[in-house]
Amino acid sequence: MAVKGILKEGEYYDSVTLMLVARDVLALEGVEDAAVVMGTDQNKSILETSGILLDIFKDAIDSDLLIAVKAKDEAICEAAIQKAKELLTSRHLKMQETGEYTPKSLEGAVDFLSDANMAIISLAGKYAGDEAMKALKKGLHVMLFSDNVSIETEIELKKYGKEHGLLVMGPDCGTAIINGAPLCFANVVNRGDIGIVAASGTGLQEVSTVISNEGAGISQAVGTGGRDVKKDVGGIMFIEGIKALEEDPETKYIALVSKPPHPEVLKKVASLIKTEIKKPVVGIFLGGDPKVVEGAGAIPASTLEEAGLIVSSLSKGKSMDEFKKLLEDREKEILNLAEKESQNKTATQKFVRGLYTGGTLCDEAMLISRTIIGEVYGNAPLNPQFKLEDSWRSKENTFVDLGEDEFTVGRPHPMIDFTLRNKKILEEANDKEVAVILLDVVLGYGSNMQPGDELNPIIKQAKETAEKDGRNITFVCTITGTDKDPQGRGKVKQQLEDAGALIMPSNAAASKLASYIVKNLGGVK
Amino acid sequence: MRKISDLFEQVLQVINIGLVSFKESLEDVGVKVIQVDWRPSAATDDETRDALQKLLGSK
Repeated sequence: MAVKGILKEGEYYDSVTLMLVARDVLALEGVEDAAVVMGTDQNKSILETSGILLDIFKDAIDSDLLIAVKAKDEAICEAAIQKAKELLTSRHLKMQETGEYTPKSLEGAVDFLSDANMAIISLAGKYAGDEAMKALKKGLHVMLFSDNVSIETEIELKKYGKEHGLLVMGPDCGTAIINGAPLCFANVVNRGDIGIVAASGTGLQEVSTVISNEGAGISQAVGTGGRDVKKDVGGIMFIEGIKALEEDPETKYIALVSKPPHPEVLKKVASLIKTEIKKPVVGIFLGGDPKVVEGAGAIPASTLEEAGLIVSSLSKGKSMDEFKKLLEDREKEILNLAEKESQNKTATQKFVRGLYTGGTLCDEAMLISRTIIGEVYGNAPLNPQFKLEDSWRSKENTFVDLGEDEFTVGRPHPMIDFTLRNKKILEEANDKEVAVILLDVVLGYGSNMQPGDELNPIIKQAKETAEKDGRNITFVCTITGTDKDPQGRGKVKQQLEDAGALIMPSNAAASKLASYIVKNLGGVK
Repeated sequence: MRKISDLFEQVLQVINIGLVSFKESLEDVGVKVIQVDWRPSAATDDETRDALQKLLGSK
């Protein structure tokens, strides 16, 4: 086995570009391990753990590019390094070919685009806070995608934003829709009269796509980052977001999406809704008591789907009875399907494996499943006693959030890169106890652009593997997306159905179906 | 006094600092966006970085 590498001083690429190049290099024949990273201390320690930290890397700094390859022999290493260089050069040339001016600093960008009103920042956490404050001081609203920004910095940024009438979405804000434009990881939805404030990225995606698929639309969708509704930040931007939607003439209805806010934050939100907000408000605080939402003067929803359906009904002037009937009919269909799917299982097949890419979707699935089949295991379970000893090894009923840090170090997010989940799907298919595999597929900008092409052969292969062993595995999928998304929900749905998967209209419906099948099979805790 | 809701009345124009894919997505939906060719400063220890920023008046 040989390990070789190169260091290129002052050559900077963003992390997603680097990870995608590394993925292509890893796929080359004979390559055992590969890293294409900037020379940060964190990256150097990952290389050390993987046994590919070369001596020439030890004094590398953040602005140095490191390429390391471990392969069968030196020739393969050399070829792989050359491939990495070519891929990076082609990426660089693509930028240069467009002939666009790319300023070296935020100040230069403001000089050039003098009407700019928003900065999107996705740098490493240790640099992101400074750039965000610079942007605010230039009068720009900020979407801060980066995580690993300190809570002190978050509070400082949000206080400044509040005082100066500027949005500070994030840190760790992955999704927003402003003036019809999907920002970062967001879907292309109908424009309409429903405004959303969300402290959860995939929660916002699920609610906004349910609304759009119901024929209603979104005026604005403001993300805050999950920490906003915790005690320390005190809901600064959640509250400012609600106020801004109240002032917005295009917004007629407001939807709030979050995990349960800290009680003090909830009190502030409730007081705001009661005293200042005249527009109807629908709230989903996942895992929280619906009575609390009601107490805050909002209409409570028990699932993301229900929140989307209620607010769509209001927007379209439908009665609540219509949406309740829709959910009742859906429940009957789910029970019938579950009955049918539990007929063709062997005596050993009892359990569900949820392999999720969206954190909030995984949380919602566990909350729903708990009411049907009891507690489930996971890497981030609802009940800490059900935490998997090894996140890579499922047992009984397991729901895994593959977007958690333990799975994403050195890899693109699983919504972008399906490699890891595909591997897990094939592993689960070999387990004689597995009856159902539950998957989320999140469409929209930022996500994998060919989800159907990538998942179809994997689902087919997994089903074939099980069938050779006399087992039938039910694949249940939820697709968070619309037909307007670049991937096209209808197209992806067809591709997954062609592979033999059951596609449900929402995450809530998919989680229920998977759980009812398991319940019928006796896989209840 | 500027308000957040003023943004909703304006044409969105974005400065993107970081992942180039976010710029490409925005262009795809017709939003005007400029990419900053950002790179970390060669001085990476926090003390030197802070000192430099103070000298340059950006902190």
